[in-house]
Amino acid sequence: MNQYPLWKNLLILGTLLAGLVLALPNLFSQDPSIEISAARKATMTAAGSDEIRAALENAKVPFKRIDTLEGGKLLVRFNASGDQLRGAEVIENTLSDRYRGALTISADLPGIVRALGLKPMNLGLDLRGGIYVLIDVDMESAVDQSLERYVEDIRTQLRDAKVRYLTVGREQGKVVLKFADAAARDAGQKVIAKEFRDLVMASVDDGEAFLITLALTPAQQKEIQDFALQQNITTLRNRVNALGVAEPNIARQGDRRIVVQLPGAQDPGRLKEILGATATLEYRLVDTEGSATDAEAGRVPVGSRLYHDREGRPVLLKRRVIVTGDQITDAASGFDAQSGTPMVSVNLDGPGGRRMRDVTTENVGKPMAVVFIENRTTTQQVDGKPVKRTEKVEEVISVANIREPFGKRFQTTGLDSSEEAHNLALLLRAGALAAPIQIVEERTVGPSLGQDNIDQGMLSVAIGFLAVVVFMAYYYSWFGVVADVVLLLNLVLIVAVMGLLGATLTMPGIAGMVLTIGMAVDANVLIFERMREEIRNGNSPQASIAAGYDKALSSIIDANVTTLIAAVVLFSFGTGPIKGFAVTLTVGLIASMFTAITCSRAMINWYWGGRRLKSLPV
Amino acid sequence: MRQINFPNLDYMSQRWKALVFSGVLIGITFISLAVQGLNLGLDFTGGTVIEVGFQEPTVIAELSGALEAGGLTGITVQHFGSTREVLLRIPPSGETNNAALSQKVFDTLSAAADGKAELRRVEFVGPQVGEELTEQGGLAVLYSVIGILIYVALRFEWRFSLGAVAATVHDAIVTLGFFSLFQFEFDLNVLASILTVIGYSLNDTIVVFDRVRENFRKIRKGTPLDIMNQSVNETMSRTVITAGTVFLVVVALYLFGGETLRGFSLALIVGVISGTYSTIYIASNVAVLLGVSRQDLMPTPKEGPGVDARP
Repeated sequence: MNQYPLWKNLLILGTLLAGLVLALPNLFSQDPSIEISAARKATMTAAGSDEIRAALENAKVPFKRIDTLEGGKLLVRFNASGDQLRGAEVIENTLSDRYRGALTISADLPGIVRALGLKPMNLGLDLRGGIYVLIDVDMESAVDQSLERYVEDIRTQLRDAKVRYLTVGREQGKVVLKFADAAARDAGQKVIAKEFRDLVMASVDDGEAFLITLALTPAQQKEIQDFALQQNITTLRNRVNALGVAEPNIARQGDRRIVVQLPGAQDPGRLKEILGATATLEYRLVDTEGSATDAEAGRVPVGSRLYHDREGRPVLLKRRVIVTGDQITDAASGFDAQSGTPMVSVNLDGPGGRRMRDVTTENVGKPMAVVFIENRTTTQQVDGKPVKRTEKVEEVISVANIREPFGKRFQTTGLDSSEEAHNLALLLRAGALAAPIQIVEERTVGPSLGQDNIDQGMLSVAIGFLAVVVFMAYYYSWFGVVADVVLLLNLVLIVAVMGLLGATLTMPGIAGMVLTIGMAVDANVLIFERMREEIRNGNSPQASIAAGYDKALSSIIDANVTTLIAAVVLFSFGTGPIKGFAVTLTVGLIASMFTAITCSRAMINWYWGGRRLKSLPV
Repeated sequence: MRQINFPNLDYMSQRWKALVFSGVLIGITFISLAVQGLNLGLDFTGGTVIEVGFQEPTVIAELSGALEAGGLTGITVQHFGSTREVLLRIPPSGETNNAALSQKVFDTLSAAADGKAELRRVEFVGPQVGEELTEQGGLAVLYSVIGILIYVALRFEWRFSLGAVAATVHDAIVTLGFFSLFQFEFDLNVLASILTVIGYSLNDTIVVFDRVRENFRKIRKGTPLDIMNQSVNETMSRTVITAGTVFLVVVALYLFGGETLRGFSLALIVGVISGTYSTIYIASNVAVLLGVSRQDLMPTPKEGPGVDARP
């Protein structure tokens, strides 16, 4: 007799139920939608919702409905992506600058599904449309910039120590110092050994020239590169938010690359303008006499200007600029030696340092602010013609009290967390010394192509599935039907696991699914062929079921493991869509081992396992 | 019971013919690769690809004419799936992406079609990225072959491992040769497909080897060639049926999956055919040529407890 113990049956049933529930959200339609949020943390009011409704009806753009989301956002749902694009125009014209609309897709889930926190699979850019950009950060320049700062510092130190040198320069990733004689060189060596302990020093005498070469340690180089990458990611995050994209994804890839994915975005030109924005900084004194609230009402004191910080709160600053970003030579986060609290240390160049000393001496105890300024060029269509417009975005990123007069080097303390310190340092550098970036790969997929891809992909899944199902039922009779049922369960499990892993479904991913359908039945084919052989050899039906499963097992495992090896290699070498393919293939292989071996056995045991059989329906 | 009856054939007697046939296929591949190479896609060469959808069917000559009239030269224009869709290729020029150029190309075409055109896709790949992808692709194939070689050697025996890898590499080469000979575009998807073929072909081969191992242990008489023959025959119906189901879905993918997956599914079609052939004729063949014998597959007695009790 072939029977599974109760716990095994329950376990299988439980797994399948969990799979079904997890896969459930994917059954609901994914609506093309527009997410509307307020730019300055304000909330969308019911009035805003009515206004949009009226505007859309007025322009005769059909829409499904308007939902209110958490966080004071609105979601306008459409039935077709064409309506969505027309709706976006209408909404843009209706809403003031304070609100922002972003194209997105949103599954129309019933309340109970949403309450369980279930989400459908993420769709890749090739399926939902959007922009993918791979950015290369110029690491050589980042290292050069850092060496250049050392060159400046070394000159100053040598001058201060009254050591005579011929030249200090940057050559092939090293700082090279030239001296007229050995005595001067030795004196220089002493100064440098004292002041720049972190550099690798070597002295060379080739005939007449007396040289010292200074190189960065590998650890330092790595640190500089990591920082350059981090800093670019931070600034990109800031800027991409201005693009009006619902779920931008910016991530590091490898040692020097950044991947930017903007689902729903359609205008690569605009993205490039945003990426090409230049940033700078200004240190200004805070106007403590004037009132920021009055200023916001329009009464700005003479000699002051109204700014906002990142949370949208008004800050009144003096018009006079103390120091600008190009005078900053370095900024780094760390911990204050005395209090142990997070801090950011800033270095200024000579003129900047002198000016800072003058201003801070006069203003001890008063607050000083840093303003982050970005110049963005945007092209807009006015009467059908492109018009370039330069937009200046200014934000106060830090306000701190001047405790004592300071000059070239100073620290900003009193920051809440080391993360805040880190971000401030990144922004300070972004406004001063950004490593150059370059777009090395860019892919834009229109929304209609994305929809076509989904439709074609699903069609081929359906047809492939149907063909296999019909064949299996025909060739293996009732056991073939069992194989068909577990094949369907296999698909459900793939979808469930993909959702659970937060994996992204891409076009090659759909291909992976189709392929899994074809290969997943292999395990059942192996088992059923074994059963037939056992029967031919004269074994009893029940013994043949058991032998079929037992003897086919090692073949199934060996065969799947080798395919898994190929899938894992694909995953580690592939990027983007190919990774998606590898993930689906891997998930599919593992799910198919579970369904084809365990689930099919459970079904066969349950129906046929306890009976006296004359023959097997295989 | 519905069943295809496979005649019990002496596959191994054909082994020299099969080797010659495969040798010829591989020879053709190498000659084709040397003479005309692969028609590498954007992913590997770098450059820009633009896909434009029109509402009306288009004529290629008219579109190229419109582009040339607009001073845009060196752009290849071709239909993509239907006459309403057009694919344009702009060769790489320098390191930077000329967004203005692709916009100009689209505007020119859109004007030629009275504005009834839609930009469906723009892809730019820098030459540097292309080089990296080529390198990574080669490494990916290499590493997966090495990984498989090790696994099979551990599970079976080194002669089997070499046989399986020979069959697998054979399939990868044949698929590559097919793409080179007919100059189908070779892009990242096709590369992924070749890696899948490697996985599939191996899957197929392993099942036969599994049976060979079992038969070597079970049947005490007969030469290795006889055992191989018997094993191939016993697994024949499974080989054909699995190849059949995979073939069904891959053909569905080729016919209905759209233009983006055409290359991918084509490579799989070729791979599945070649994989089935190599499973029958190449894998066991190589193992026999390398002199595999019964002793090599007997379970080695382990020390201590847990000794394998089977004969």
